[in-house]
Amino acid sequence: MRLTLRVWRQRNADTPGAMVTYDIDDISEDMSFLEMLDTLNEKLILRGEEPVAFDHDCREGICGACGVVINGDAHGPERTTTCQLHMRHFDDGDTVDVEPWRAGAFPVVKDLVVDRSAFDRIIGAGGYISVPTGAAPEAHATPVPKADADFAFEHAECIGCGACVAACPNGSAMLFTSAKVNHLNVLPQGAPERETRVLDMVSAMDEEGFGGCTLTGECATACPKGIPLPSIAAMNKEWLRATRKASRR
Amino acid sequence: MALATRTDRRPSLTRSLWGSTVGKKTVMAVSGLIMLMYLVAHMLGNLKIFFGSGEFNAYAHWLRTMGEPLLHYEWALWGVRVVLLAAVVLHGVAAYQLSRRDIAARPSKYAHKRRRTSYATRTMRWGGIILALFIAWHLLDLTTLTVNENAQPGRPYENVVATFSTWYGNAVYLVAMLAVGLHVRHGFWSAAQTLGVGNARRDRILKATANGLALALTAGFVSVPVAVMTGVVG
Ligand code: HEM
Ligand code: SF4
Ligand code: FES
Repeated sequence: MRLTLRVWRQRNADTPGAMVTYDIDDISEDMSFLEMLDTLNEKLILRGEEPVAFDHDCREGICGACGVVINGDAHGPERTTTCQLHMRHFDDGDTVDVEPWRAGAFPVVKDLVVDRSAFDRIIGAGGYISVPTGAAPEAHATPVPKADADFAFEHAECIGCGACVAACPNGSAMLFTSAKVNHLNVLPQGAPERETRVLDMVSAMDEEGFGGCTLTGECATACPKGIPLPSIAAMNKEWLRATRKASRR
Repeated sequence: MALATRTDRRPSLTRSLWGSTVGKKTVMAVSGLIMLMYLVAHMLGNLKIFFGSGEFNAYAHWLRTMGEPLLHYEWALWGVRVVLLAAVVLHGVAAYQLSRRDIAARPSKYAHKRRRTSYATRTMRWGGIILALFIAWHLLDLTTLTVNENAQPGRPYENVVATFSTWYGNAVYLVAMLAVGLHVRHGFWSAAQTLGVGNARRDRILKATANGLALALTAGFVSVPVAVMTGVVG
């Protein structure tokens, strides 16, 4: 396959960037999108040019490191991560635009790499349970109803990739935050911190400068793990409940 | 590491609501729903115009004597006006502040553009601005009668006919009523999500209710200028 790539190149956070065009051939349709970028980088290195910086780690769709916006879609045209996207979804001769996540809270570090540490600080505000350390507890000691377990698992699938923020016209992190809040708040292990978790995580989210939710649904369409849009309503419900309880104290 | 014990106090209910994007959205949802309930009542009241000047003007007079003899003349009406004014102001200020924040949260655009989201969703901000301007015009036209061609206090039927006998009166009104329909279509469903009553199971019924309300409001309101233009009411 031959492709015309237009890739965002930006030396560092302080220099302005631009889309740069590269023609590339010998792309196999069995390559992943990242392997295609590797091929481009090999050519750039041989030509003595700076390779395109992009984030990646597991390359199997579980770490959430690899997101880029491909032809305007976060993670490209298929519902999967960039590393799991294959070139067979493109046609010979296509022009493909590759851009970094765009959000005020995700500043560009270099080329396609953005700083997603804002997500870590949201997690740090309550995306955990506090337990005394020791041996792993007996799994059957705390029964979890099947429906709750399924709900928790559906939300635990979030890999923190940030596609939801990248796709949202408001750069909102509501889908990510709701996945994390819902995952723990429905479980008995998460119950002791149920109220502080949602209040603190939502206020951390606001402090990072993410936008608000206008229910456009772009996030859930882009999410490679299928976190559904109603998760946001579920978190709003938790937030309102916690706010009512906190104001009564 | 010992777990930190919280010693700080949670902010008051008002502070938590206004200080958070989720809370401010709650204020928008509640104020929006208050205005929506009012609009349904207002639209139904307007349909009385089809039963002639006598019935319509008597109805308008009753709006002022509503609640008597418990309440004084126009007290109930002023109560409604105060609630609506509070709702419009809170809704508008929250919309402005959240929109500013949303735009700032996405400082650079994508080079590769594509059409995103439905028309109703994309037009919430412009539609809201159109509605705000319309509310001002509408009050000047039919409440204070400042810009009305007929301007007879106590004769709303004749004033309404006068408005819809001008091309600009019709144009302004028709555009605004289409904007109301679009705004309610996305707004009602959104408010359900904001207030946490939306979920996957209820999604279809919520969307259908939103569409039904939007259609009923637009059709009901629009029927009045259409009736005047076609001479059914005059
Ligand atoms: C003063 C004029 C108005 C302005 C500036 C305005 C603006 C807005 C904006 C910007 C939104 C958020 C859009 C989004 O989430 O994408 C919104 C939502 C909404 N509006 Fe309005 N609007 C106005 C009048 C009205 C009226 C007259 C109604 C009554 C039918 C209404 C009902 C709603 C509802 C129910 C929502 C949804 C709230 C939520 O998402 O939780 N608005 N409005
Ligand atoms: S909600 Fe989906 S899109 Fe957002 S960070 Fe989690 S996995 Fe990625
Ligand atoms: S590299 Fe880990 S999800 Fe793509």
